[in-house]
Amino acid sequence: MTNYTPRGTLATTWLIAEREITMRLRSKAFVISTVILLLSVLGSIVAANIIGGISEPTKVAAVGSAVQTVESTEQFDVIEASDREEAEQLVRDGDAEAAVIPDSESPTGLTVLGLDEAPGGVLDGLSIVPSLELLEAPAQNPLLVYLVSFGFGLIFFISALSFGQIIAQSVVEEKQTRIVEILMATVPTRVLLAGKILGNSLLAFGQIAGIAAIAGIALLATGQDIILADVGPSLIWFVVFFAAGFVMLAALYAAAAALVSRTEDLGSALTPVTMLVMIPYFGVIFFKDNDLVLTIMSYVPFAAPVGMPMRVFLGTAQWWEPLLSLALLLATTVVVILIGSRIYANGLLRMGGQVKLKDALKG
Amino acid sequence: MNALLELHGVTRSYGSRAVLKDVSFGVRGGRITGFVGSNGAGKTTTMRIILGVLAPDAGTVTLDGVPLGAERRASFGYMPEERGLYPKMKLAEQLVYLGRLHGMSTTQAKESTDTLLDRLGLTERANDLVEALSLGNQQRAQIAASLVHDPDVLVLDEPFSGLDPLAVETVLSVLKDRAATGVPVLFSSHQLDIVERLCDDLIVIADGGIRASGSREELRTQHSQPRFELLVDGDTGWLRAEAGVEVLEFDGGHAVFEVDSPETAQRVLRTALSQAAVLRFAPIQPSLAQIFKEVIK
Repeated sequence: MTNYTPRGTLATTWLIAEREITMRLRSKAFVISTVILLLSVLGSIVAANIIGGISEPTKVAAVGSAVQTVESTEQFDVIEASDREEAEQLVRDGDAEAAVIPDSESPTGLTVLGLDEAPGGVLDGLSIVPSLELLEAPAQNPLLVYLVSFGFGLIFFISALSFGQIIAQSVVEEKQTRIVEILMATVPTRVLLAGKILGNSLLAFGQIAGIAAIAGIALLATGQDIILADVGPSLIWFVVFFAAGFVMLAALYAAAAALVSRTEDLGSALTPVTMLVMIPYFGVIFFKDNDLVLTIMSYVPFAAPVGMPMRVFLGTAQWWEPLLSLALLLATTVVVILIGSRIYANGLLRMGGQVKLKDALKG
Repeated sequence: MNALLELHGVTRSYGSRAVLKDVSFGVRGGRITGFVGSNGAGKTTTMRIILGVLAPDAGTVTLDGVPLGAERRASFGYMPEERGLYPKMKLAEQLVYLGRLHGMSTTQAKESTDTLLDRLGLTERANDLVEALSLGNQQRAQIAASLVHDPDVLVLDEPFSGLDPLAVETVLSVLKDRAATGVPVLFSSHQLDIVERLCDDLIVIADGGIRASGSREELRTQHSQPRFELLVDGDTGWLRAEAGVEVLEFDGGHAVFEVDSPETAQRVLRTALSQAAVLRFAPIQPSLAQIFKEVIK
């Protein structure tokens, strides 16, 4: 006779999740692809720094008392020159974009030397401007907008697709090897599904958090902290949205996979779900400049994990918008899990051809 | 203490096709119960309902009179007809996992796994991946998977199909040990000769209904005609003239006949002895196959 009591639902869910994680970490393919993904994020940020030098401050030569004036703007890299001739030479050689020298005849007490055109940035930097209030949020650097939209879209796409595939594989593996019947006789299907989603979501979430952390560290280490300050909040929102969005996708992938009995049949069953993943990916890249489409995307649960962080980054989202969208996403996730677990439970014992969605819903 | 597993009026249909119609029977603890029926008779569906993998449309399953819930079922052992384990997990690791899934602590599960692997002769394979095991060993592993959590009730769907004779003996002795601790053991089979040899009790299902159930001996008695075999060193032609005797087979000194009462049988034996040397006189036990054919008619 048994001398133990069944585990609680949570403990059992965790036990299943633990197995999913262990088995995945044991797979060389998974570990290698994760390392490659992290390295490529690191590599692209370092490369962007080397090639673009987006954040390099403008070099300005300054003479005498002008040095302090230029430094006080905190916008420029100051090269001290001993006199006007040396400063001119620096500009001619291209070592400095402009030179600033004291000039008692100028009303501002300064003269700015440019090579063949007015160094607008330097003039602006030195200008005393009236205090400014923008009615619209400031626009981001277009190159950065492109990189960020592409980055969010691509990372979401790759992670959702690869982990969705992993969940689907693990569901079909259990069906194909028929161990699923032993599992179903041991634990409720809800718990089985929950454990699977939990385990794989933790892995996916870990991967995304790792990417965000590496991106953050790389931006800091390459002195691109201005970009980090720009991207940071949207990066955090991205991780939060991804966590919720992935759970929803995981439930969909598991449900879709439960409809087939063989790995070979997975492709066709997963196509509709894959479409859902591709919408935000292409949407954010094509419509990064279209405010209306982005706004819609940021509320549609499937696209919100990419759309809302993008709008946070562009500064077009009010503070409450991410919260509302997140609430919407969480509610949808709950509904999807309920429907998904029904399809999952009803699909598991049906072997042979692909189960019709209608039959799986009816049970 | 012997537990009692019972089904009460269990009904189940798939769409418009009724698979089980008002199925009721009991499985007694401490005994091995064979569950016989042709393919498609409803054996697997019945077992899945006992395990809670499928829900019945009507009816209940009880253990010692208490309706079963998920928690109680967690201590059941099940070997589905479709065999399967995780191919990429190590054998021992997998058994420990299943033990824990049923509710055992890691220590309990490890101890139980070691004992079982030893019992089934799989100790050396403990750290092999399941997919690397030979077919025979995979089947033993499957048995181990249904036993690792020291189940209160054991339900096995076709446990002997595809087993080599040696494995059949090993599995059988393991099952008998389990039954001896008071656990109800139900196994299905369509191999009647194996069932006849192994089981104490028998349940016959046909077309979704229970046609017979009881101990093997009871069923034999119920379904045996008063039929005898006689072999004498001479001729048995005189049998045809005996009152209350119907000769079924006749071949010189050998005859098979039915009698209307035990007294008639004794009279026939005395007559036979008075005529020639009797080499054999015995009641004929119907084989399970015969009973089966008869009850599913």
